[in-house]
Amino acid sequence: MGLWDNIKTLGQEAKAPFVGLGITQGYSNKERVTIEYPEVRRPMPRRARWRHVLNRYENGMEKCIGCSLCAGSCPANAILVVAAENTDENRRSPGERFAAQYEINMLRCIFCGYCEEACPTQAIQLKDICEMADDNRKDLIYTKEMMLVPDPTKP
Amino acid sequence: MTPNLFFHYFFNVDPPHTATGHMPAEYWWIDLIRIVVRVLVGLFAILLVVPPLVWWERRLLGFMQQRQGPNRVGPWGLLQTIADGVKLLLKEDMNPSSVDVVLFVLAPVVFLVPALVTSAVLPWGPSLTWGASAPNVSVGVLYLLAWGSLAVYGVVLAGWSSNNKYSLLGGLRSSAQMISYELGMGLAIVTIVLLTGSLSLTDVVARQGFTEYGLPLWNTLKFFPMGLVAMVIYAICMLAETNRAPFDLPEAETELVAGYHTEYTSMKFAIFFMAEYANMIVVSGICATLFFGGYHAPLLWLDGSYLGPLVALKTNALLGGVVSALVPVIWLVAKVLCGLYFFIWIRATMPRLRYDMLMRAGWLGVFPIALGNILMVAIAMALGYLYGLIGWIVLAVVSLWAFAGSKPGRSFTTNSRRDTTVLLYSEAQPFRGVPEHSGHGDQTLPPNALSEGALAAAGQGPLDDAFAAKKG
Repeated sequence: MGLWDNIKTLGQEAKAPFVGLGITQGYSNKERVTIEYPEVRRPMPRRARWRHVLNRYENGMEKCIGCSLCAGSCPANAILVVAAENTDENRRSPGERFAAQYEINMLRCIFCGYCEEACPTQAIQLKDICEMADDNRKDLIYTKEMMLVPDPTKP
Repeated sequence: MTPNLFFHYFFNVDPPHTATGHMPAEYWWIDLIRIVVRVLVGLFAILLVVPPLVWWERRLLGFMQQRQGPNRVGPWGLLQTIADGVKLLLKEDMNPSSVDVVLFVLAPVVFLVPALVTSAVLPWGPSLTWGASAPNVSVGVLYLLAWGSLAVYGVVLAGWSSNNKYSLLGGLRSSAQMISYELGMGLAIVTIVLLTGSLSLTDVVARQGFTEYGLPLWNTLKFFPMGLVAMVIYAICMLAETNRAPFDLPEAETELVAGYHTEYTSMKFAIFFMAEYANMIVVSGICATLFFGGYHAPLLWLDGSYLGPLVALKTNALLGGVVSALVPVIWLVAKVLCGLYFFIWIRATMPRLRYDMLMRAGWLGVFPIALGNILMVAIAMALGYLYGLIGWIVLAVVSLWAFAGSKPGRSFTTNSRRDTTVLLYSEAQPFRGVPEHSGHGDQTLPPNALSEGALAAAGQGPLDDAFAAKKG
């Protein structure tokens, strides 16, 4: 590398800081990458696995038949299902039984989605609701009422 | 003494503007009040600008990094710094057990006081009674240099008294760095003293008036390349003197935790923080005063000395006096803001120097260039601009030639990869994860990668398929 090349390189090195200043200046007018979170939210990916919901049929019947397969498949032992018999006066699900009590301990849940896979009626599903923070353990045990989707037949 | 008479003497409305005006000797106490008010104005002007400056820096850094910056507390997040200050005040103020308590407590004060005291001689107007906290100090430039050097004591004391290796390293670095760059800064300031022929800052600004066509006569523009070079040298040295990026080695977070203020908490830390930003303000004020015409406007027709008499002629003398007193302040503030923008802009752009690079840049770069430049300014003043210019060009070419061939010059360039820099922006398309939401910036993807929306429009699957196709 000759002397002239060396001088040219020196010139490039001297120019570099100004090019850098130009780049940062250009970026200051660009679109922001970040968003103002609580007001603006990004949609979750379609396959996001977060909080569970308990689904219903279109006629308002609960899909859950209280079979406890989800509780059995749960590796963290986070699910509790207590089943009760359906009667003609109080019919909650199309099967023989329904879940009288359905609790998930969100502190134990590892969001593996095995419950969703084990469920024969697709009653339990992991959806994209990810804001579950709380300040005490008791409120993090989700009950059936918290997870059940609204009844489509009732306004 | 009527209020009218008091204000007459207090504001010294009578021309000619001398230090005491036409004030009778028995009213000496008015002068005393004036001094106190002047000093308070100077102090509060700096202390009140610090919180918005911190906010501005964080916000601007955010913008330059495509972030939002603080925008929650108050309008546009303006009160964020106040909230931070309150938080710091309410925190526990503790002295670690092994510190030297007296010096540990003294260090933040020693750091803050020079920053505030330096500002006293910066003129914010042409008046000799109201032009600065201490107007027309005949050794103003020496005063600047003297107090500027004292600021390093705060850092060294903090580093030493903390009894912490990181702090000590930060303090030592700071002392070495400040001493090295003070030489270059001193020589750049000596250039101004040469150009002005006076050490008084009031004279320095007064000599940077306007040409007969109303164009500025700033020191930056005098003796064309030389004034500019002196300004660039001063700008580099002021970054080093205030320990700002890219010379922020004393508080290098990544290596020294926080350098000299690692052990500081609560209000003592807040004082360090405040002093740092006060230093920034003062130093860019000095830069504006020495190199950019101080309180003078960039054009004669916008200057206070032109607008004031004009307004006085069109309306009344009082309004004219107000205009001619305030317009210079506005121009000085505007120039200081430009300096602060430069500080922040540099911080957003430059990575931190390695320690040996810093020292080499100071002793082998800034110092010799300043020395050669001052020599050529002296020649230009003694023999004429043409001789100085020819000498400057010859010196520049010879020294560039010598440097490029020398060992340090080669070591500087052999590692350069500028010509092989990969163009990241070649044909890359902005990545849009969700078509209807434009929140994503432009991350660079491989040139032939398409956004999800474009893929959907082309009838292909989502991004996963595109990547699979690329792999296969």
